[in-house]
Amino acid sequence: MEAGTPDLIKLEDLEVANRLTGRKHVLSLQVENRAGVLARIAGLFSRRGFNIDTLTVGPTEDPNISRVTLTVDGALHPIDQVTKQLHKLVNVIKIRDMEPEQTIAREMALFRVSAAVENRAEIMQFAEIFRGHILDVSRRTLTIEVTGTSDKIEAFERMVRPHGLVEMARTGEVAIARSRHDA
Amino acid sequence: MRAADALCEALKDEGVKHVFGIPGGANLPTYDALYDADLTHIQVRHEQCGGHAAEGYAKASGRVGVALATSGPGATNLITPIADAMMDSVPTVFITGQVRTDLIGTDGFQEADVTGITLPIVKHSFMVSDPRQIPEYIHEAFHIASTGRPGPVLVDVPQDLSRADIEYEPSTGIPDLPGYQPNTEGNIKQIRLAAKALANSQRPVIYAGGGVVNANASEELRELCASDKLPVTCTVMGLGAFPAPHAQWLGMLGMHGTRSANYAMDTADLIVAVGARFDDRITGKLSEFAPRAKFVHIDIDPAEISKNVPAHIPIVGDAKDVLPKLTREYRALRPDSERLDTWWKQIAEWREKYPLSYEDSTDSEIKPQRMIQAMYAATGGDAIITSDVGQHQMWAAQYYDFPEPRRWLNSGGLGTMGFGLPAAIGAKVACPDDDVVCLAGDGSLVMVCQELATAAIHDIPVKIFLMNNGYMGMVRQWQELFWDGRYSSVEMGASPDWVKLAEAFGVTAMRATDKNDIEDQMKTAIETDGPVLVDVRVTKEENCFPMIPAGAAARDMVG
Repeated sequence: MEAGTPDLIKLEDLEVANRLTGRKHVLSLQVENRAGVLARIAGLFSRRGFNIDTLTVGPTEDPNISRVTLTVDGALHPIDQVTKQLHKLVNVIKIRDMEPEQTIAREMALFRVSAAVENRAEIMQFAEIFRGHILDVSRRTLTIEVTGTSDKIEAFERMVRPHGLVEMARTGEVAIARSRHDA
Repeated sequence: MRAADALCEALKDEGVKHVFGIPGGANLPTYDALYDADLTHIQVRHEQCGGHAAEGYAKASGRVGVALATSGPGATNLITPIADAMMDSVPTVFITGQVRTDLIGTDGFQEADVTGITLPIVKHSFMVSDPRQIPEYIHEAFHIASTGRPGPVLVDVPQDLSRADIEYEPSTGIPDLPGYQPNTEGNIKQIRLAAKALANSQRPVIYAGGGVVNANASEELRELCASDKLPVTCTVMGLGAFPAPHAQWLGMLGMHGTRSANYAMDTADLIVAVGARFDDRITGKLSEFAPRAKFVHIDIDPAEISKNVPAHIPIVGDAKDVLPKLTREYRALRPDSERLDTWWKQIAEWREKYPLSYEDSTDSEIKPQRMIQAMYAATGGDAIITSDVGQHQMWAAQYYDFPEPRRWLNSGGLGTMGFGLPAAIGAKVACPDDDVVCLAGDGSLVMVCQELATAAIHDIPVKIFLMNNGYMGMVRQWQELFWDGRYSSVEMGASPDWVKLAEAFGVTAMRATDKNDIEDQMKTAIETDGPVLVDVRVTKEENCFPMIPAGAAARDMVG
């Protein structure tokens, strides 16, 4: 090879990846089922200035392992930096940045809506359209359970809010990867 | 076996010979076990200094440093060294006593949730809930502290559990930690790409940090630089990784770095960062940092890559593994060294125009820079130098030419005043055959002066060269330059009388006031048995230059 000529790259061709993806990310973490693990995760987010949109924790098929599902806004935070920092936690075993097309994600929400006689029927109709369940009825309110994607829950919220949203509780998303068609 | 004895056995099985600490109620069982154990315990005078001594021990020797403290205030006194060890990636294990398990959560006497408090500043921590975990956790703690990117690991041991009876079996091998598998081998494709980029660059700079020292990869760094005329600069943590002086050495970079180093970074077309993390003290104004450069970033911690400055060619791996491969790949390309001639001509101009300089006094007054030069002469450049934080630290980084790694121990990331003396004690315990000099500041030393007792009682012959200007000098400098000279609470006054104070602790002391005598006085101090303090009275209001003002770009250095 001649000195200084062939097989070299041009520095101007080197580029860096865009760090902000601009979309919501669902991170699915497998963590050791031990005391204090959630505090480590939550503490990491607050220390690094990352904002968690939603967070859920629950058991998995393996009693030693819990699953933490986090949603983070990739328009505000570089997701690779978030996942790399999470990887440094010794109790975090695996992190998956769920691909939107390959992911089934659901959350559940409970709505208490004011429902006077004149608009009660309309609210019940919304509940039916969104495949919600009416869990509790009082003279002035209805309590409705809705399960679905976050978009669906937000849509339902938009429908009932004008009627008077007394209280709302959302679980945050849990997610699982879709099976391959041939699996 | 009593769990506390098993703890000592586990420490010995990890190769520990020395531990630093202070006993108290909750770690009484451990101290009872230490009474018979074949471990040397250095009884410090404040837990913070036990922690810094463990850091000094680790930094000087590369072995894991160990510090012990009791629960509550003992444990909270360790917060500063733990945070310090986290920032500077120092392999350390901190073992705290905790109140009895039945008292945990009740606000018991001397109870503090030390695992909770330290969560953001540890690499990992363990809270013992079963006495059988003690030896296992110690083994895991040493593995985590010393591998990958090193750091502090805390093990919190409730008092009752350390009194329990357990079977002890030495743990060997790599512990089973499914969530902890540091990647040490660099990706060869990325390394080849980096080699090509380097071979094609016209204005490269190698920017090396403390990671090179931690990885014991100084030889490998020197090999890479020897394969061509590559200019090298180091961070304050990396000093010694590349020998100074050297034809390819630009000096330290960053806030008080040389103009040659900072201008080279500003003008470079390719920067190869090795074990460095683009700290704000390096970059200055981030948006104007090295605007013409592409970046190769080699680091064992993937989270450091593209954290502050996006890397064009990221390489995750141990510098000791990556650098030889990069050297091999680079050499195989047979790059044309002459392409760097213009670059070196430019660097030579900067060196010529902007050498480090100061105006020496015309009388006997001791300029602080001259004190550092005298220290270099007195030690032959061959001592382990520990430092506090402030002007003296930066002058040492500028004027003491560190020839080898692990000879310059300072608190770079956290900037902990008072680090120097306890770190010197730890370094001397780790390396008894080396001369260990603590370059102290008067603002710093007074924060930890009780450790003069530790040095005296344990006869740890550290030599303290106190740069005494009667101020917290760096803060004073900022108040002078950027706060209209309104000196707010920076004067140290005439107290203490350091010679009397040192003598009261049983430390030999002398005062230096004449620039023509300091080198000889320092030599005398080094030759005198036992710990010695030299109170060097330097110019009171000397400023440390050059500097990048906070938030400014490197090319806008002043002084």
